[in-house]
Amino acid sequence: MSEIIRIETPLTQEKLKGLKVGDNVLIDGVIYTGRDAAHKKMVEALDRGEDLPFVMKDQIIYFVGPTPAKEGQVIGSAGPTTSGRMDAYSPKLIARGLTGMIGKGLRSPDVIEAMKKHGAIYFGAIGGAGALIAKRIVSAEVIAYPELGPEAVRRLVVKDFPAIVIIDHEGKNLYEIGKAQYRRV
Amino acid sequence: MKEILVEEIISAVENLCVEANYNLGSDIMAGFHQALKDERSLLAQEVLARLIENAEIAHEERVPMCQDTGMAVLFVSIGQDLHVVGGGLTEAINEGVRRGYDKGYLRKSVVKDPFERVNTGDNTPAVIHYDIVPGDALHLVVAPKGFGSENMGGLKMCKPSEGLEGAMQFVVDTVDQAGGNPCPPIIVGVGVGGTMEKATFLAKKSLLREVGKHNPEVRLAKIEEELLDRVNRLGIGPQGFGGVTTALAVNLEVYPTHIAGMPVAVNIGCHATRHKEITLRGRDKNE
Repeated sequence: MSEIIRIETPLTQEKLKGLKVGDNVLIDGVIYTGRDAAHKKMVEALDRGEDLPFVMKDQIIYFVGPTPAKEGQVIGSAGPTTSGRMDAYSPKLIARGLTGMIGKGLRSPDVIEAMKKHGAIYFGAIGGAGALIAKRIVSAEVIAYPELGPEAVRRLVVKDFPAIVIIDHEGKNLYEIGKAQYRRV
Repeated sequence: MKEILVEEIISAVENLCVEANYNLGSDIMAGFHQALKDERSLLAQEVLARLIENAEIAHEERVPMCQDTGMAVLFVSIGQDLHVVGGGLTEAINEGVRRGYDKGYLRKSVVKDPFERVNTGDNTPAVIHYDIVPGDALHLVVAPKGFGSENMGGLKMCKPSEGLEGAMQFVVDTVDQAGGNPCPPIIVGVGVGGTMEKATFLAKKSLLREVGKHNPEVRLAKIEEELLDRVNRLGIGPQGFGGVTTALAVNLEVYPTHIAGMPVAVNIGCHATRHKEITLRGRDKNE
């Protein structure tokens, strides 16, 4: 297995500049959840000049909509959803200081430009590994938009949350680099 | 004429929804282990090891392997000599889905209207495909479908002049554009022929086939092998991080078509391509 780098949130500019594409990381600390409907609501709130559910500066958003928790569980299965659906919203949150996103799949050129300009990292969690990832979540609390159910914004405390740096702050992209290494067409 | 009570159908569907989401098929697990041997990249190996661990946790702790527990897709074959008693068959199936997604702590991911997008709260309605067959049995397949992979499918109404190569290139291009989005290693379902909706139905249905089993027709099995090789040469790899295992299988189904057309449909299944099935037997009326 590749070497593991530990990072603790908040993800400051100093910390994120030490991360590079392909790094295998374990994240500790507070992160926030949000997916399609929550992103739409947050960006609409910004457009109206209202406060966001949490202060974006140096924070990480995890694109996830968990299953309901069983008795005794902190959270249900909680793997990443496809990030591309958040592309329309992410640049505005990055401009407000968001420094990390955790999801799966491709990002648009606009998102990558915003990441380079303001300094942010796109992490990949393993899509479909919802049962395993749930075990790395220590606590979960809904802090906004409870009416959205699985799409509500949650504050999570995570310990040893496994992720890979897919796009670093220079815009280097593992999806391009990894594919090129094994492509035979 | 035999009969079956709706209660029996409700309970069977409930159970299949839960079991499909908790227990990954042994064919896919075997595919992960083979891929682990084939991959040289440390990241790809790590992804596969974690996917195996994830499926084991889901099975042992009886939790969903993935948070996208899908829209419930059902393939129902009903014997023409079977009488459903006590209510409607479609209502019974939806009640089974409702109970399974509630009692199994599965995510409710269905919105009532594609534009207004308000959650129905119980994961109904299901998408149900009926087939009427000889006999007096009821065969139910529940295949929960997540949309990370569903969104990456495609359809092309190819011209007959594009031929086999045109059809194959469309399959390869569709997988290439999907990249890491559909959670590779994937299962690629391909339906060719019929009409527009028949091709997409065949592509979906082919995802039910066991990984490693080819189409019984040799010429089609050869096309599957070639497509799998071409797809795995794309380099996308597990989770899109690069590698030689982009797909575990390509399953092809064909159907007669019109002189003027060649519909080609691709339906992608993620590494958690789930399906569980049961056959229910009818009883004599007086039993």
